[in-house]
This record gives sequence, C-alpha cells and structure tokens, in this order.
Amino acid sequence: MNAPAELAKVIASQPDASLGYKNFSLGSFGFRRDEYFVHINWKTRDGRPMSHTMDAGNYLRALMRDVAWGFFYGWVNFDNVFGTVNHYQSVDMYAGSFNGTMKDAGIDMLENFPTAQIRATFEAMLDDWTNESFDPFSAPQETGSAYGRKNGSNTAKITRARELATRCVGLKGDLNLRSDESGAPINRAFADVSQSQPELHPEPGFENEVHAFSLFGFLSRSQVTWNPSFTSVVKHSFMCPTTEEHMLPIIHGNDRVEWFFQMTDEIHWDCADKNTGKPMARVIMKAGDMSAMPAYCRHQGYSPKRSMLLVWENGSPTLVHEIQKGESPEIPVQF
Amino acid sequence: MAAVYQTRFGSLKNFEKGHVEPISDDVRHYAFSNCFEIASKSKPYEKVVFGQNQIYVLETLRAEGTSPWYTCAHDEFALVMDGEVEVHLVKLDAAQAVADVEKNGAVRVEGEPRGQKMGWMKLSRGHQALLPKSTAYQFRTPGEPGVIVLQTCKGDLSIEKWADICQTH
Repeated sequence: MNAPAELAKVIASQPDASLGYKNFSLGSFGFRRDEYFVHINWKTRDGRPMSHTMDAGNYLRALMRDVAWGFFYGWVNFDNVFGTVNHYQSVDMYAGSFNGTMKDAGIDMLENFPTAQIRATFEAMLDDWTNESFDPFSAPQETGSAYGRKNGSNTAKITRARELATRCVGLKGDLNLRSDESGAPINRAFADVSQSQPELHPEPGFENEVHAFSLFGFLSRSQVTWNPSFTSVVKHSFMCPTTEEHMLPIIHGNDRVEWFFQMTDEIHWDCADKNTGKPMARVIMKAGDMSAMPAYCRHQGYSPKRSMLLVWENGSPTLVHEIQKGESPEIPVQF
Repeated sequence: MAAVYQTRFGSLKNFEKGHVEPISDDVRHYAFSNCFEIASKSKPYEKVVFGQNQIYVLETLRAEGTSPWYTCAHDEFALVMDGEVEVHLVKLDAAQAVADVEKNGAVRVEGEPRGQKMGWMKLSRGHQALLPKSTAYQFRTPGEPGVIVLQTCKGDLSIEKWADICQTH
C-alpha cells in the first residue's frame, strides 16, 4: 500500500460477455452497469447486503464532474444516496451516510481512500462505461445516448484539461482566450452574445498590464456544462464562472460558504440539509442576482436555457478546518 | 431548423429580480440581492459589498461620471455588467502607493496620481479588466450610468448595508 502504483491499482473484471462492460470494486463497494442503469452494492456493518440503482446517464454525468474537479470542495452527492467527500489528500466514498433515513436505519457505509486510488478507479470506470455516442460533460440536447451495450469509447471528451487561470484569462503566459481556431466555437444557445473585445490603449511597455477581455464572449464558447473554471484570482478569491444547462449533475454540499452570481438568464436551486437531505429552500436566480450558499446546505441547480453563472469560491486551504472548529461561520453574513 | 435562443441580460433600466422561497430556513442566510437594484439606489462609485467570504468581497458600483483615483496593494478585477466604462491606469510613484503590502482593499489616492501613464481601456457589458496592484485607476463613464462588479478584498472604502439590499423575509 505504499508505492503510488499500488495505490492506483484498479480492480476491474473482464468485460461482461453480452453487455461488454467491466465491473469495478473499490473497498467494500461493487459497481456494475447494464444497458440503462448503474448498480452499486455494499454490505452493512453487520453484514447485510445492500444495493442502489442509478440511471446510467445521470451516474456518468456525476462521475464526470467528480473526476474533472478532482473531487471538488466537500461533498459531491451523485444523488441522495451515493457520493464522495474530499479531504484533499484522501476521499470518503459513501452510500446512505448523508441520507437521514438510511443513516438512522444503520445501513449506510462510508470508507476512506487515498485520492490516487479512488481517482484511478473512477477514471477507469468513466472511460469503460462512456460509449462513443455520449459526452457526459454536455447537456442532454447536445449529445447522444448513454444507454445500450458497450459501443466504442469517448476518451478525448472525458479527459479535457481543467481550465485554470493563475491571474487572469488572456494575460501573456496565462490561460488563453477561446476561439474557433482553438476548438471553441460559440455555443448555439449563446449565438446572440456579442463577441466584441474591450478596447485596449496601453502605453509602450504596459501591454501586459493594461489588460481586459470579454468574459461573456469567453463563456459563450465554453464547450462543457456545469464546470467552474478559474478566470481571475485575488489571493484565494477565485472567480469560477461556468455555463449551465439542464441540471447540475451532482448535489453539492460545500465545506465552506460559496456564492453564486447569475450573469444571464436564470437558474432555480434546490437547497437541502447537507447531512440529511431535508429540503430547506428554493432559490430562484435571474440576471444580476447574488446569493450565498450557506456551508450547512447542499444544492442542485436547474437551468432551462444555457446560462452564465459566476461561482465565487474562497479557496483558502485552512477554511474547512476553521469551519469545523467553529472559527468561521457557516452563514456568510449576519444582519 | 435550429432553435433560436435569446440570452437575457439585466441592466439598470431593465432587470427582473428572483427570490428565495424558504421551506425550513431563514432567507437572510442566503443574503439574496441584485446588482442592478443595488446600483439603481447607490451614489456614483459607492462600493457596496454584496458578497463576502472572510476577507474577500464582491462589490457593486454604480458607474456614473468620473470616479476618484484608487489604488490597492493587491490585484483587483472590474466586470462591467451594464453601460460603457473607461478605465485609466497610472504606474504610481512609490510615495503614493499603499505602504503596507498586506493591506486589503482599495484606498483613495491622495491628490492627483503621480507616475507614468500606463494607458486606458474601454469596457462594455461582459468585459472584465485587471486593475493591477500598486497602480492608480480611475473609472470614467461618459454616457448613461452603468454597473461594475469588483472582485477585491474588504477595505476602508467597502460599504456594508445588507439589511437594505437583501431579501429579509
């Protein structure tokens, strides 16, 4: 268990003779998919067999985000039963542990894995179970079916590099602007978004400091949905805008407060208790609206039209511990 | 035939505010506001905090006429949400820069900024500009009032009035 190669070892079966998909196991959990569904099984602490079923498309969309985000901040609930918690060097995987009813019944299971081990298993599962016709990073109208027997693969679409600016998009040596030439055409739902860039009039020698770019133009060319990407950075304050369409494929429970600034169109959020899933509020956001997500809630968004959302994160590595110690409030402001 | 989509933006003159529908929570915990509504009631370039996460803030500024000159010990970013805004930059002489390099948030430059002109930018809706640390910057809005969202840290000029801007029930 010491060498990285050993940690990253993936336990997979041979492909199923008729369906063509591999089964995977990680710790006490087993995973298999068929034409429509993903089946997860585990044993309770007193040895009873338990199982859970998810739609294959929904499962792969959730798995895609968890892999692409490197397990993100805090809780990534695939649904109200299954998910992961990021501890930044290790990751908890659980079934029922944050579902009030299942937890009370004592049938939940939570296990901790080194990040390299769970990442390798999730990446292999995503690659094996994603067919040629399906892009789990796209909205349902933009891609083909996730269903059926194994039919090719779509490795290029599930291994896109995460786009992270270190200071600001478009600066020399930082994340590049998007263009047709870079493989980032304007999304059909943003065809009416202006592509004009700001006028820059730098004096000689200040070309890389007199800097601005069209954020809306940049976002109109996003090739993926629900994928916060850094565009500007002030210390640990990260602007992570993203384009949203259909449903956020996970229910996110953050270990810190985050904020949403709706820049165009609208998103409706379901907010629920992070530990039990009990509904707490609906947040209806339209262009110009700002809302905090308290650190005690989990949230899932619904975007009828592709929309531009600014996710604003405080990436301070000490923040989660400050919240746990009660030194940082779960509520952003008191008034 | 491909569907035609209309992207809906907000503006000072035309915005529709959403809301929180509480089920079993206090709506104030969501600190729900709208930048166009805030800017429609603000004085020019008043730095109204509408997002806060420890030392970090997002501020809404009503862009109208010419702003004071500001400077800051760290980078800031300005996103124009409505209107047309010019940003003028001066490489500030050390005497006028913020002495404490750890100081958070923007401060006013005392008197006229002294230093080399760096240039200027003209931004419209959806454009975001870098306001580099230790430079002086000034916003100029020659036309109709606009709206700026500033990514920065909470500082001496930040104004908090949550009860006035947020949904309370």
